[in-house]
Amino acid sequence: MLEIKNLTAKIDDKDILKGINLVVPDGEVHAIMGPNGSGKSTLSYVLSGRDGYEVTGGSATFDGQDLLDMEPEARAAAGLFLAFQYPVELPGVNNANFLRTALNAQRRARGEAEIDAVGFLKLSRAAAKRLSMPDDMLKRNVNVGFSGGEKKRNEVLQMAVLQPKLAILDETDSGLDIDALKIVSDGVNALRGPNFSALVITHYQRLLDHIVPDRVHVLAGGRIIRSGGPELAHLLEAEGYAAVVAEAA
Amino acid sequence: MNAPVPASQTQATAQAFLARYDLLKANLPGDASLRDAAAAAFARTGLPGAREEDWRYTQLRPLAELALHNALPSPDLAALLARVPALDAARLVFVDGRFHAGVSTASATTGAPAYGTQAQPLAHKLVALNTMLAEDGAALHVPAGVDAGTVLLISLGTGQASHFHPRHSITLDAGAKLTLIDVSLGQGAYLNNPVLSATVADGANLVHLRLQQDATTAFHLSTVYADVAAGGTYDSFALTLGARLARMEVHANLNGAAAAAHLNAAQLLGGNQHADFTTVVRHAAPNTASRQTVKNVLSGKSRGVFQGKIEVLRVAQKTDGYQMNQALLLSPDAEMNAKPQLEIYADDVKCSHGATIGELDGEQLFYLRSRGIPDAQARTMLVRAFLSEALDPIAHEGARAAMETAIATWWEGQPT
Repeated sequence: MLEIKNLTAKIDDKDILKGINLVVPDGEVHAIMGPNGSGKSTLSYVLSGRDGYEVTGGSATFDGQDLLDMEPEARAAAGLFLAFQYPVELPGVNNANFLRTALNAQRRARGEAEIDAVGFLKLSRAAAKRLSMPDDMLKRNVNVGFSGGEKKRNEVLQMAVLQPKLAILDETDSGLDIDALKIVSDGVNALRGPNFSALVITHYQRLLDHIVPDRVHVLAGGRIIRSGGPELAHLLEAEGYAAVVAEAA
Repeated sequence: MNAPVPASQTQATAQAFLARYDLLKANLPGDASLRDAAAAAFARTGLPGAREEDWRYTQLRPLAELALHNALPSPDLAALLARVPALDAARLVFVDGRFHAGVSTASATTGAPAYGTQAQPLAHKLVALNTMLAEDGAALHVPAGVDAGTVLLISLGTGQASHFHPRHSITLDAGAKLTLIDVSLGQGAYLNNPVLSATVADGANLVHLRLQQDATTAFHLSTVYADVAAGGTYDSFALTLGARLARMEVHANLNGAAAAAHLNAAQLLGGNQHADFTTVVRHAAPNTASRQTVKNVLSGKSRGVFQGKIEVLRVAQKTDGYQMNQALLLSPDAEMNAKPQLEIYADDVKCSHGATIGELDGEQLFYLRSRGIPDAQARTMLVRAFLSEALDPIAHEGARAAMETAIATWWEGQPT
C-alpha cells in the first residue's frame, strides 16, 4: 500500500508539490489527472527517487517502509515500478540482457534465487508475445530506434517481467495510437489482482476507458483538489480542467 | 675536460640511449650501417619535444626518471605469463625485447627482422631510436593464399632492463590471412618502444588486436606501419589500459584500389596515466576506405589524447573515410585532448569525423537504477555500452572475451 502524507517538494527553489495526500490500497488502481505543470510527473519522479527533486516535507511510505529514504534501486526491489513518460534510450545495452540484469538484481536484493538464461528467455518471450511485440525487440538495444509506441510497449514488457507491487504509469498513453493503447492497457490489466496496485498518471480520459480506475484524483497547482470515482474522468473530459479547477478554488 | 652539459632532461635521456648504443653496437644483429645511420639521425634530432605539433599533448620528459629506478630482482616469468590471455594460438614471447624460446610455442623468425626498410623511418625519432637499439623481433611471413590462423605476440617487461625496442615485421602475401594478438604487460619501470611494420598484399587480411597492459610505472611508445595493397585489409583494435605514459602511433597507407583500414581503439585510464592514440591514414588509391572508432574512458587525473589525420591524395577518388573519437570523463580532474586533421586533395570523396566529450548520462543511470540495478552495476553497464562500438566489431571471440575481462578488471580497480 502506498501512503502519501502532506508531501511537498521543489526543483531549483521552485515549489512544485504543495501538500499531496493520497492512499492507494493494495489491489486498487488510482488515476491522477491534471493540467500541464500541475506536478504529475514530479510526483512520479519523487516517488521513484530521481535526483534533482528536493522533498521539503511530508512522507511517502510503501508497505510501511519510508520510500523517500531509499535508493531508486531499493524502491524497485521493494516492488515499485515507474513506466517512464519518455523511456530512455540505451545504445550498446541489449534489451534482453538489460531486463535479465534488472530482474536478477531485484531478486538478489530480495534474497531470491536468480533466474538462469533459459528460464529468462521463456519468461521474456512469453511476455513479449502477450504484448504483440516481435521477438527481435528483445535483441535490439534498449529503446534505440524504437517508435514511440514500441517504447511504451517496452515499458509494459519490463513491468510484466519485473512483476511490481505498485506501478506508476507516467502518461503511458501519450504517443500511442488506438491499437497500441489497447495492447498496453491489456498488458496492465493482465497484472491486476489483489497484490498489484497502480497509479495511472494521464492527461486524457481515453486511457481510463481501457484501464478502469477505482479512484480518480485531480492534481492542480501541486495539490489534489478533488477525488472521485471513474465518473470524475468523464466530467473532466466533458467540462475541461479549467472548470473543475475553478470550482475547487 | 668539459663534459657535455645537457640542455634538458629529455636530451640527457637521449644521451643515455646513445651511450647504450655505443656499448652494444658491436653485438647487435643486422646491417651495422643502417644502425649507424639511425644513431646519427637520433644524435642529431633527439627525442620528440613539445615544440613539435605532433607532440604537443604528449611530453616525454618523464622518461628521464627511468635512470633513477633500480632494476628489479630476478623476474617471476611464470607470474607474468599467467596474466597473458589463455588463447589457443601459437605464442611468440619476448622478454625485455628479446625472443624467449623457452616459453614460446613457435619460432619467432622466418627471416631476419627488416631493420630500417620503411621509407624514411629515421625522420621519425622513435623509429630511429628503435632502429638503433633493436635487439630482436618477430618476422612473420604468410605465403599467398594461406590462412595462418592466430598468433599471439607477447611482450613481457620484467623491470630488469630499463628500455627495449623490439622490431617486428609481418608480411602477408596475396590473399593471405593472419590474426595477430599483440599483448604487452610487465612489472617495474621500463620503456617498451616497439616498431611493427606490416605489409599486406593484394586481397590479404591482417587482423591486429592489441592489448596494452604495461606496468603503470612503465612507458609504452609504439609505432605501427601498415602498407595495404589493392583489396587488402588492415583491421585493428587497440586497448590501452597500462603504462604511466603511453603513445600508440599508427601509420596506415592504403596504396592499392579498394584497400581498407580499421583503426579502432579504446583507452581506459585512471590515476595520473597519460595515453595518446595517434593515427595517420593515407588514402593513396581510389575506392579506399578507413574507419576509426576511438573511445576514451578517463578517471582520476588521467589524460587521454587522440590525434587522427586522414590524408586523401588527388588520385584517391571515391575515398570513404570515417573517424569518431569519444571520451567519457568519470572525474572532474580527467582531461581529453582531441585533434582531428583532414587533408583532402581529391574532389569526389566521403570523409566524416566527429568528437564528443561527456560524462555518464544521469537519465540513463536513473533509468537503470529505477529498474533495480544498483548504482555501481549500472555505471559498469553504461561504460561497457559506451565501448561497444569499438569492441563489438572484434570478430575473434577469444580475443574479444580477453579484452572484456581486462576491461572488467580495470573497472573493478577504479575508485568509486
